[in-house]
Amino acid sequence: MAERKFSWPARSEATLIGKDIQRIDGVAKASGQAKYTADINTEGTLFARLLTSPHAAAKIKSIDVEQAKKMPGVRAIHLFKNEGDEIRWEGELLVAIAADRVELADDALKVVKVEYEELPFYVNEADIVRAAHADRTKGLGKNEKGDVDAALKTAAVVHRGYYGVSTISHMCLEPHGSHCQWDGDDLDVHLSTQNVSGTPGQFAEPLEIDASNVTVTSDYEGGGFGSKFAADEWGIACAKLSREAGKPVRLMLDRAAELKIAGTRPSGYADVTIAADSEGKIVAWDSVHWGTAGFGGGGVDVNQLPYPFDFENRRAAQIGISCNTGPNRAWRAPPHPQLCALTQTAMDDLAAKMKMGSYEFFEKNLAFALQDKGPVYAEQMKIAAKAIDWKAKWHPHGQGGKGPVKRGLGLALHRWGGGAGPCTCTVKVHQDGSVETFLGSQDIGTGTRTIIAITLAETFGLPLTGVKVNLGSSKYPQSGASGGSITVGGVSGANRRAAQTALWEIFDKVAEKYKLESADGLVAKGGDILKGKEKICTWKQACSLLGPMGLETKGESSQKTKDGLTSDQVGGVQMVDLSVDTETGLVRIHKFVCVQDCGLILDELTARSQVLGALIMGIAYSLS
Amino acid sequence: MRDASDSTQGTSSRSGPGFNRRDFLKGSGAAVAASAVATAVEETVAQDKDKLPANVVPAKPVPVKLEINGKAHTVTVEPRVTLLDVLRNDLNLTGAKDVCTTTNCGACTVIIDGKPVLACARMAVECQGKKITTVEGLGDGKDVDDVVKCFVKHDATQCGYCTPGFVVATRAFLNSKPNATLEEIRKGLGGNLCRCGTYDGVAHAALECASKKGGK
Repeated sequence: MAERKFSWPARSEATLIGKDIQRIDGVAKASGQAKYTADINTEGTLFARLLTSPHAAAKIKSIDVEQAKKMPGVRAIHLFKNEGDEIRWEGELLVAIAADRVELADDALKVVKVEYEELPFYVNEADIVRAAHADRTKGLGKNEKGDVDAALKTAAVVHRGYYGVSTISHMCLEPHGSHCQWDGDDLDVHLSTQNVSGTPGQFAEPLEIDASNVTVTSDYEGGGFGSKFAADEWGIACAKLSREAGKPVRLMLDRAAELKIAGTRPSGYADVTIAADSEGKIVAWDSVHWGTAGFGGGGVDVNQLPYPFDFENRRAAQIGISCNTGPNRAWRAPPHPQLCALTQTAMDDLAAKMKMGSYEFFEKNLAFALQDKGPVYAEQMKIAAKAIDWKAKWHPHGQGGKGPVKRGLGLALHRWGGGAGPCTCTVKVHQDGSVETFLGSQDIGTGTRTIIAITLAETFGLPLTGVKVNLGSSKYPQSGASGGSITVGGVSGANRRAAQTALWEIFDKVAEKYKLESADGLVAKGGDILKGKEKICTWKQACSLLGPMGLETKGESSQKTKDGLTSDQVGGVQMVDLSVDTETGLVRIHKFVCVQDCGLILDELTARSQVLGALIMGIAYSLS
Repeated sequence: MRDASDSTQGTSSRSGPGFNRRDFLKGSGAAVAASAVATAVEETVAQDKDKLPANVVPAKPVPVKLEINGKAHTVTVEPRVTLLDVLRNDLNLTGAKDVCTTTNCGACTVIIDGKPVLACARMAVECQGKKITTVEGLGDGKDVDDVVKCFVKHDATQCGYCTPGFVVATRAFLNSKPNATLEEIRKGLGGNLCRCGTYDGVAHAALECASKKGGK
């Protein structure tokens, strides 16, 4: 028998993979039928509302909820802070009140009495001098290679500039939150999360119950972008309120709290000196950068600057600023957007100083690209330049028009690890030919359900409607948190492995039943089992050989699985043609081109959406 | 980039409690109701004891009759309760989403008497006697609305949380402008926000519907 290896079908043979496949949950989402955590209304559900700190820094002198307890409809009160506790950022949670109705919870919050001793605060993330005066800075290390000082002395051109990008909030449209319901010691949590498998323990420990008592469900999740991996203190509070009230409770952050405490991307500001030889080859990078990741300081990792280049002589130093602002959370490719902005805007200015075109300057320096990606970037730049008509449209900086509206081109390169995240799944093939899979993953909007359905349907030669995808529960086989870049790789690899394993077993049974020499050459396609063009039996006939128990197989994925199903380390190039009205600030984008190294595309429709979404988020970031 | 200014350092608070549109709306609703009660008291003395003028309600839970998606519903809520809260929390019609509650995002768009309306900015009590259509009420009962089909076809959804609001806004917009152009669609749907960045899909979904004279 021929050796059996996990693999994807050849592109020419695939019926679903790589095509424009509509989301299998698209109608549910678009028609309002999909139930998110914020939509869970089990009978008797109470509504929790939050009192948050109006001060960025304060000590709580007293906190009194006695009157609130007596307010109509109030069922339970949770204190996040007590007398003597310190407030470190505006929006810190103080009190949660669960009541019969939203407005009654709001009324009760209004009679909570809090006395504060206001303390000095600091929130300026951009001004390093002022931060130092306020004693809010901390050195976070250096990263150095070669001899920067010597290189700067002999360089043909040296440019020094100040660059930066501010902190931004994730702004998930469905705020962080949960719906908690107890049944004895068992806790059912609907959690707006990217991490159903990883959160039961986070609830169990503070609630002093076993993790096995906790079920976390997330059928749909209204945006996370990296900020929804944890149970969070407000999740625990929701469970406690529910336990105290003896009723289910829904606690979602209000929009203001969501903005202030539920996650940010750290800021990054840099004083950069960059130098090149007379040919335009970069000979030195010297930077000091700072920013904030909230009260804890931190910011953009010093070890990754410059990006995505490794110049022969480079020196980067990082200073963290502690601000009285909410903490950072992972945010789509942390911290690559900041690294990209800091490095490549400085490169662009150096090119301008040398009177070189940005394209030619970047091209010349691709030899320094990390992971030897230079040739890939070079090809991508060619494709992008053609699409945006770079040659015809390019003009040097400062020559973008005589009037107030200036037009110009820009480009940037990026990289990302990606790859396959951890995932285990169980695929069941029933005796009647129906197929389903179970995995503790979740759909954060990237089309996880659809990707899995495509994988299984393609493998078994079935229509998409012939497979059922069960995900979004912590009771299913453990799957990793959905950082968006590793979920598709993780879930598709695991399901392909489980499905191929099942299919081989089915092929063996078919070969035996139909007295074939071997199972070699059998394929499942169009609802049939074929050998070459000869139909051996239908899929259903094949599955009837499995007996009443059907067949159950496991599939796994991890970063370590190297059987060729998934790859990692992608790169891409983006170019934009835009105008800025220098009087009003209005920015108009004429064209935005992205050339992205994706690996195997399972669903071209949703892959395109991911790229468009990333571009649009990039626009939002650059305008903030 | 943020401007460096003195407001970033010091001891004063930069926001006060309770100052937001939601409170303002509710507060003003309650105030109107309260003054209405006072007026009503005088009127009941002078006129019929059992009859309040139609636009006067007391500031306590009252039966509110709503016609939603062709069905009559009665909920007992205070006059300050928004239509959005009634839809989502009392009637379990959760297609309209509670995102900003300050009329910024369009996620709670419903159609009232043919016009797109933000349900977070309407008190339930003032929607009595009107025809309310939520995303759940689109389509003909047998099949989903063409707008939904076009949204799915053009992948105008990612996480999907803003999507029902966009769908309702699109339906209302196309009803008033069935042959809209792409530029008109972009302007017409400018009141809805999406964080995942599905705008291109939304615009093309709406355009396809417009090519079918608005679809049905």
